[in-house]
Amino acid sequence: MSTVFIALQANEDTRPIIDAIVLDNPECTVNRQPAMVKIDAQGKLTVRRETIEEQLGRPFDLQELQVNLITLSGNVDEDEDSLTLCWNS
Amino acid sequence: MDMKVAKKKLALKEKYKLLTRDLGWEPSYQKKDDIYPYIKYEGIKIHDWDKWEDPFRLTMDSYWKYQAEKERKFYAIIDAHAQNNGHLNITDARYLSALKIFLQAISPGEYAAGKGFARTGREFPGVGTQVACQMQSIDEIRHAQTQIHALSNYNKFYNGFHAFADARDRMWYCTLPRSFFDDAMSSGPFEFMIAIGFSFEYVLTNLLFVPFMSGAAYNGDMATVTFGFSAQSDEARHMTLGLECIKFMLEQDPDNLPIVQNWIDKWFWRGFRLLGVVGTMMDYMLPKRVMSWREAFEIYGIENGGALFNDLARYGIRPPRGWDDAGKALDHMSHQFMLALYQYNFGTAFHTDIPTEEDMAWLDKKYPTTFNKYYRPRWEHIRKLKEAGTPYKNMGLAKLCQTCQIPTVFTEPDDPTQLTIREVDYKGDKYHFCSEGCQHIFENEPEKYIQAVLPMPQLFQAPLSGDLVAWMNWVGLQNGKDNGDYFGSEDQKNFDAWRDLATRNV
Amino acid sequence: MALTSTKPYVGVPRDTVANFNGKQIVYTYWEQHLLFSTPYLTVVEPGMRFGDYWENVVKPLMQADPDAAGVNLAEVKWTMGKQDFTPNISATLAENGIVHKAQLCFRTPGVNTLLAAA
Repeated sequence: MSTVFIALQANEDTRPIIDAIVLDNPECTVNRQPAMVKIDAQGKLTVRRETIEEQLGRPFDLQELQVNLITLSGNVDEDEDSLTLCWNS
Repeated sequence: MDMKVAKKKLALKEKYKLLTRDLGWEPSYQKKDDIYPYIKYEGIKIHDWDKWEDPFRLTMDSYWKYQAEKERKFYAIIDAHAQNNGHLNITDARYLSALKIFLQAISPGEYAAGKGFARTGREFPGVGTQVACQMQSIDEIRHAQTQIHALSNYNKFYNGFHAFADARDRMWYCTLPRSFFDDAMSSGPFEFMIAIGFSFEYVLTNLLFVPFMSGAAYNGDMATVTFGFSAQSDEARHMTLGLECIKFMLEQDPDNLPIVQNWIDKWFWRGFRLLGVVGTMMDYMLPKRVMSWREAFEIYGIENGGALFNDLARYGIRPPRGWDDAGKALDHMSHQFMLALYQYNFGTAFHTDIPTEEDMAWLDKKYPTTFNKYYRPRWEHIRKLKEAGTPYKNMGLAKLCQTCQIPTVFTEPDDPTQLTIREVDYKGDKYHFCSEGCQHIFENEPEKYIQAVLPMPQLFQAPLSGDLVAWMNWVGLQNGKDNGDYFGSEDQKNFDAWRDLATRNV
Repeated sequence: MALTSTKPYVGVPRDTVANFNGKQIVYTYWEQHLLFSTPYLTVVEPGMRFGDYWENVVKPLMQADPDAAGVNLAEVKWTMGKQDFTPNISATLAENGIVHKAQLCFRTPGVNTLLAAA
């Protein structure tokens, strides 16, 4: 199974987002690097709006991710409620 | 973040449809082939442009909103950097060389990508594709502008930043990114998408931006971290565009596979050669280093690229030709490149220096099978020459590769003691290459690459006719200020003096 | 292989010998002496004697290498392109068949102070 990943800037905006990703993907690995956080997962990773909103305590538009996103790997599937990264192999 | 979340009147998919797909129309009094004249000649067959997917479904209204937010963040930090003497907070002024190369060689590439995507946005018929390309075009221009703006703060204090626009056109090491982008821009729209959208953005930009920006953070360079992350926040969208484009071509018609594969082979190798410079910056130019070029390539090249090519195998795509040679080059290329930059440093608008004992111990740790064996003896000899008062300069000038335009510094994949020598006779002239990969690219399209304006041979033609001083004036290089060894340079003296003043009351 | 193009496409080479004011490029590379990152790019008159090319052009460029002083032209083995080559040192470059952008390599077996044995 190939690794997918998402990397976000390390800042106050992304702290609750990272917490939410970890809640939704308990198997993932969080790598904290200088100024950025890279989250790896085997084969698939899902980012859910609802979980972020719970962590954040306010409504959240998933497209806000664009502001703090550094990079990602995998095929992307996004709608209002979730963003999924996956490799088909 | 104080952004207002729009009331959900429309579902994302519906909004995307209305604000993107529905902007298109069927022409009634002009033929489609006349409106989009460049869409067929490359041989790519597209049957249904509506099958194009933009997984982010970003519409222009959201695009402007988020980009404006990024700009606000960017300028808040750039202003703070300028107001608080941010240039004195970097680890060491040696680090500035990496920024000078970035400004002279990489930022103009952003601008070139902007031009390229504006063109493909016009040349592709599909509305989804047009909108995505136009957004990327605006992004790339924004990147060039924010980078130039952020680095202009350093230009107030240090040498080597002032003539980046002339350097872009004329400086010998800048022709390598320039030829990369010129090659892509003079290709058809589909090849451009594979070159920049897929190979460069998806396979390679992680190597350019991610470790480099972490490196900037490590070295106290707030300005670069800021423009880097501001640019990088667009890259995920660019990468996704590149990946979607390649899947789209492969799904539209099985005849597209060999054409696409050929482009992947070509552009992987061209990109790998180009990013050798980044490897050199990572291994040698950051006073405080985050990870080695080899380590970065293992994560973002081998692991991530491998995952991608496994995924694309279902379409019949195999890893790029040159993938194995690239793997073999990893333990050598940054050292070979840096040794070249040092010996020709009379002609670089940035400073270089001889690695210290501590630097060499780090390089040995990161490259245990090669550094001490092959490269340490050369550096130690170069240090000895400097200590003897006869610093090493190679006045033989460099033989350049006809394809990638890099000095032919690379060795045979399986023998690091033998320089790679490759030549081809074509229409009565000889052409030389740094590698099998570059020779192969030339042989596929010789008429394109025989036109390469190679800086070293050009120096000996009219009007410069071998006059090195005239050449320096022409490229905007201030001899004795911008070039040469870092130690003893004006940049070193000024940085040390200003930092000293900043921490004392004299 | 032909370039894919919308109409016939012919490139103009930029580095033909006619552009060098009567001179030509000769690339010379000292094998296994990688202190010099690439072959030397030299620009010389085709009427120059090979011995003078060696003495006045190549030798000065070699001096940074610790082995330079011990190299004897009479013992050096040459190749040009992929072929073995025995230069006539009193003949000119042109008479030796060294054309524009020719690649000369010379070997000094066993002499390579800065290079670990492979």
